[in-house]
Amino acid sequence: MASFRRTGVLSLAELAGQLPPLERLRKGPCAAIECVEEIPCNPCEEACPAGAISVGEEITSVPRLDFQRCTGCGACLAVCPGLAIFLLDLSGDRPRLTVPYELLPVPQPGEEVELLSRAGEAVGRGKVVRARRAGTTWLLTLELPSEGLLWEARGVRRGK
Amino acid sequence: MPNRSRDNGQRLSHHPILEFPRGRKLTFFFDGRPITAYEGETIAAALHAAGIRILTHTEAGRPRGLFCAIGKCSSCLVTVDGVPNVKGCVTPVRAGMRVESQRGPGRIDPSFRPRGLAPVHQRAEVAIVGGGPAGLAAAQTLLSHGVKPLCLDENPHPGGQLVKQTHKFFGSRAEKAGTRGHRIAQELLAQVASEVELLAGAQVLGAYEEEGRLLVASRAGRLHLIQARQLIVATGAQERFLLFPGNDLPGVYGAGAVQTLMNVYGIKPGRRALMVGAGNVGLIVAYQLLQAGVEVLGVVEVLPEIGGYHVHAAKLRRLGVPIHTRHTLIAALGERAVEAAVIAEVDEELRPIPGTERELELDLICLAVGLSPSTRLVEQLGARMAWVGELGGWVPVHDERMETTVPGVYVAGDCAGIGEASTAMLEGKLAALSALEGLGQRVEGERRGVWQALARLRAGPFGRRPRLGKEKLLSLMKEMAYG
Repeated sequence: MASFRRTGVLSLAELAGQLPPLERLRKGPCAAIECVEEIPCNPCEEACPAGAISVGEEITSVPRLDFQRCTGCGACLAVCPGLAIFLLDLSGDRPRLTVPYELLPVPQPGEEVELLSRAGEAVGRGKVVRARRAGTTWLLTLELPSEGLLWEARGVRRGK
Repeated sequence: MPNRSRDNGQRLSHHPILEFPRGRKLTFFFDGRPITAYEGETIAAALHAAGIRILTHTEAGRPRGLFCAIGKCSSCLVTVDGVPNVKGCVTPVRAGMRVESQRGPGRIDPSFRPRGLAPVHQRAEVAIVGGGPAGLAAAQTLLSHGVKPLCLDENPHPGGQLVKQTHKFFGSRAEKAGTRGHRIAQELLAQVASEVELLAGAQVLGAYEEEGRLLVASRAGRLHLIQARQLIVATGAQERFLLFPGNDLPGVYGAGAVQTLMNVYGIKPGRRALMVGAGNVGLIVAYQLLQAGVEVLGVVEVLPEIGGYHVHAAKLRRLGVPIHTRHTLIAALGERAVEAAVIAEVDEELRPIPGTERELELDLICLAVGLSPSTRLVEQLGARMAWVGELGGWVPVHDERMETTVPGVYVAGDCAGIGEASTAMLEGKLAALSALEGLGQRVEGERRGVWQALARLRAGPFGRRPRLGKEKLLSLMKEMAYG
C-alpha cells in the first residue's frame, strides 16, 4: 500500500513527474497537479485554455500536464474538485506559490500568513501578493522566503 | 456548558461558499419556552441555533438528539400542537407553534379528532418518490420526452443530499463535474420546477398494486392518493450507526445531519468535532466543518488505509487535521450531551489495543461509517431483495434498465445500491427512460449513451465495488429468468 493511502500525505518521491522542472519554472508560473489516483474526474482537462492537460476518454486516468504548453493561468486550479492543483513560479525575485483557498476570512494582499506543509506542519511564513476570486474559490498567490518551500508548502493559516 | 450558546451565536452569517438568506423572524415554543427562529427552518434546526440539542427523551428519560436530520431515523420525535411523534428534523417551524419534548413514544389523546380534510386524489403517468439527484434527473428526463411526472419528497426542501454538498463534483462535464453539489440541485430544480408537480414535505406511507400503482402519502395533515402507471423509487439511503457506549448522547450525529445543520440552515453544529470514518463522506464533511468555523480534532478510521479519495484527505492534512488510520472510537462521554470522546489504536483484528486510549474534549462526534439503502417502499411492493455487500446491504434486485422484479417499478440512486450523486443522476435518467419505454416510447439510442457514461464513472479502483455489486444483481436477474 502506498504510504499516502495511510497518511493522506504525498511525498516528493510519489509526486515525481507531476511537478514541473526547475528550468520551466524559471520562465514563469506553471501548474503542479497533485492528483495521483485513478478517480473519475476530468474538469481540469476541459478548463485548460492552452490544451496542456490531458486525461483522455477514460476519465479515471490520471491527468498529464504538458509543462511547456502550460501558461500558468490558473484556470485548472479554479475548477479542480479536489483542490489538488497549485501554481509554482520561480521567474521573479522571490518564489511564488498559488493555492486554492475556501475558508473565511480570506487573507488579502500584504498580509503575512503561516505556511503549512502537506502534513499540516508549520514550515515558514509567506506574504500574500495577490488574491483573486474564481467563483467561490479564492486563488491566493504567496511570496515565499525560500525555494525549498515551493516544494513543501501547500496549506495556509491566517494569523499567528 | 457545551449544550448552550449565547443568543443565537450558532447561526452562521458568513460562509466561504454558501449564503443563508433567512426568512421572517418568528417565535415558537419549546416546552413552554419561547424560541426565536426564522421561517423556513425546521424545529430541530431552530432549536440547535438556540443552543438546544436535547430534543426529546426515551421512556427511561435518556436525552435524545438528532441523528439523521432527514426524516429517516426517528431519533427526534416531538409533540407539535398536541400531535405526538412528529419528526422534528423535517417539520418547519410556524409562529406560535407549541413543541414539546416527549418521554418515549407519544400517545394519542383519545379525544383527538383529525381535522377531517378529504384526501387529495391525483393521477400521473409516472410518479417519482424522492426528489434527490436520482429523482430530479428522472423528472428532467421524463419532461424532455413530453411526460410530466409527479414527484414526492419527504423533506421540506427538495434536492436530496445535493443541497448540502458544497464541494465541486467529480466526473465529467456531462455529469456537471466542477460544479458544486448545491448548485447542481438548484439547476435541476429550476429545470423541472415549472413543469413537474413537486410535492415537498410529503411522506409516502405505502405503495399498493392497484390499477397500476397506488401511492398513499401524507402531506401537511392531508392524505394524497396517487394513481400512477409507472413508478420510480429514488428514496436514497440512511446513515449507519455504530456501537459504542454513549452513542445515544446528543452531539453524536450522522455526518449528513451535521451537513444539514451547517450547509442547509447555516447553523454551527458544534465547536470541536471528531469525524469517525475516512471514506469520502467523512473526509468531505470534515472539510465542510472547517468551512463552517468548527475546529476538527481529527478523523479516525478503523481500517489501515483511508477509504476516500486522496485529494479529499490532502485538503484536511494541509490544514493541520490529523487522520488516524487503524484507530477507532471507544466511547462518547458526557452527562446530558457529548463532552468527550475516547479513541484508541486497533490491532490486526480491529480490536482496540489497551494502553493506547486517548481522550478528546469535544462537543460533536460525526459518524460517517457508511450508508444503507432505503428500500422499504419497493419491498412493500414485493420486489425481490438481495444482500449485496458492495452496494451497502439489502438492495432491490434490478436489471440494467433499473426495473425491479415488479414490472413497471424502477429504482435509481442510493436505494438501488450506494454510489455517488453523479451515478445516481445517470441511474435516474435510466429509470426514466425505462418508464418511458413502459409507456410505449423508443429510447434505445439514448439509453446506450447513459450506460456508457455510467461505465466511465465506475471505471478505476474506486468504482470497483459498485461495478461488482451491479454485476452480481445482473447475474441474479439472469438466474431468475432461466431458473
